[in-house]
Amino acid sequence: MKSQARIPTGRISDPGYPRASNPEYTRHHPRWYRRRMPIFWWLRKLAYTKFILRELTSQPVMYVTLFLLGKMWVLSRGPEAYETFIQWLSHPALLAFHALVLAGLLFHTVTWLNLTPKALVLRVAGRKIPGWAIVGAHYGAWLGLSGAIFWILAGR
Amino acid sequence: MPDTVKLEVFRYRPEGEGAPVYETFEVPYRDEWMVLDALNHIKDHQDGTLSYRWACRMGVCGSCGMTVNGEPVLTCATYLEPFLPGPIRVEPLHGFPVIRDLVGDLEDFVEKLQRVKPWIIREEEKPTSEGEYLQTPEEMDAYKRYSMCINCMLCYAACPIYELEPGFIGPAAIALAQRYNLDSRDEGARERHEVLAEHEGVWSCTFVGECSIVCPKDVDPAGAIQRYKVDATLDFFRSLVTPGRSP
Amino acid sequence: MRRARDPFFWGLFSGGGMLTALLLPALFLVTAITAPMGWFGMTGYEEWATLAGHPLTRAGLLLVAFLAFFHAAHRFRYTLYDGLQLYHLDALISIVTYGVAAVLTVLAAALLILVV
Repeated sequence: MKSQARIPTGRISDPGYPRASNPEYTRHHPRWYRRRMPIFWWLRKLAYTKFILRELTSQPVMYVTLFLLGKMWVLSRGPEAYETFIQWLSHPALLAFHALVLAGLLFHTVTWLNLTPKALVLRVAGRKIPGWAIVGAHYGAWLGLSGAIFWILAGR
Repeated sequence: MPDTVKLEVFRYRPEGEGAPVYETFEVPYRDEWMVLDALNHIKDHQDGTLSYRWACRMGVCGSCGMTVNGEPVLTCATYLEPFLPGPIRVEPLHGFPVIRDLVGDLEDFVEKLQRVKPWIIREEEKPTSEGEYLQTPEEMDAYKRYSMCINCMLCYAACPIYELEPGFIGPAAIALAQRYNLDSRDEGARERHEVLAEHEGVWSCTFVGECSIVCPKDVDPAGAIQRYKVDATLDFFRSLVTPGRSP
Repeated sequence: MRRARDPFFWGLFSGGGMLTALLLPALFLVTAITAPMGWFGMTGYEEWATLAGHPLTRAGLLLVAFLAFFHAAHRFRYTLYDGLQLYHLDALISIVTYGVAAVLTVLAAALLILVV
């Protein structure tokens, strides 16, 4: 604790009242201090970093869409082209990169589905459907559609 | 438990140094003390010039919001205990210009709040003789959550978009607009739409979601904003397929 | 018109967000990882080519591509705009991001309708 000697009161009559040493200061007129947002503001808090990572999943989404179209194009070029494409995809470096892309996609899916109850407020027979039910239904749809895709593309 | 704890307090004295400094104060530690109690101890026993706002000490007036160790909180509802052993850094709320020490200038919020007309708008008032406007519990439930807002502005301080784009109308003002939009007695949704449908209305929001996390009253402004976006978007696409209907 | 811009692009953004969240992880896992690794069935060219030739596959993929491109464009626009504080470049960023999405959609349509 500081010494108990004399506590400045903040009154203008107080001899300890801060005297204006700043020439630009005018008494009784606000002279604001404005903080500038740093360019790396998204590192300030974990929540902001997560937010920017979530927003950057736009890039994996973009890549995967182009990849699917690319695969369609390769398929139109005949069996040899497809064979080369498959060999290329089996390269460990590309597989590792694609695992990373998949992780980005999953982050997009999980963050997107978790936020659905914020945007959707549904009522059935006058009763509000609880948030967990909305999230649950979306996860159910995700699992169902993923299962269907697996069944069609890899199940036979 | 320690006998004392150190607080690093943001000091801005416009007549003095010009730039803000952090001043360290050592205050007695008590289990039952809130951060506000420690600030009051500094003001009463160490430096009476320390400036900050507070009133009710019970989490309803919404005036003692500050940034404590980086998080916007009501200092009257935040114990010292979780921050031990300290030091505890106390700063003004982010996003608002600082007038002095821990006091922010809130004019901008007050002006924006008025712009969304947070009151019941009726095209025609019914005469008192016809009695009150009745509401079912479900009708009240539709807006009740948003009516809990105490204008403490923690949501603005948590919102990086408000700090980046000061024109953004902001979380609490939109939640309060929705509080009236969703009220069965209200007929002012179109008037508020004028403000909310601007780019600096709901569309500046990128759903960081922190406003709802820091809200001491569980108002969920982020949810209010996303719901408004969904409704406005559905209205827009419906107006495309239904000629003669304006969004 | 100014009022129409935000809900229009937000509608594409959220539609694309939902569709990509539900479909892309499984689609990508199967086409880029399990198929080249030879896991599970369906690894041969013929099967894939038959599937790729189906009109429903092409129509579905075109819808996914259109919404995914605009979803990504919208998100990336805001990432540049807020993340890097480029407010003065908003008009340019919007034209480039949505423009790229539009061009890619046209190319995807050309590929899926004319080539495949």
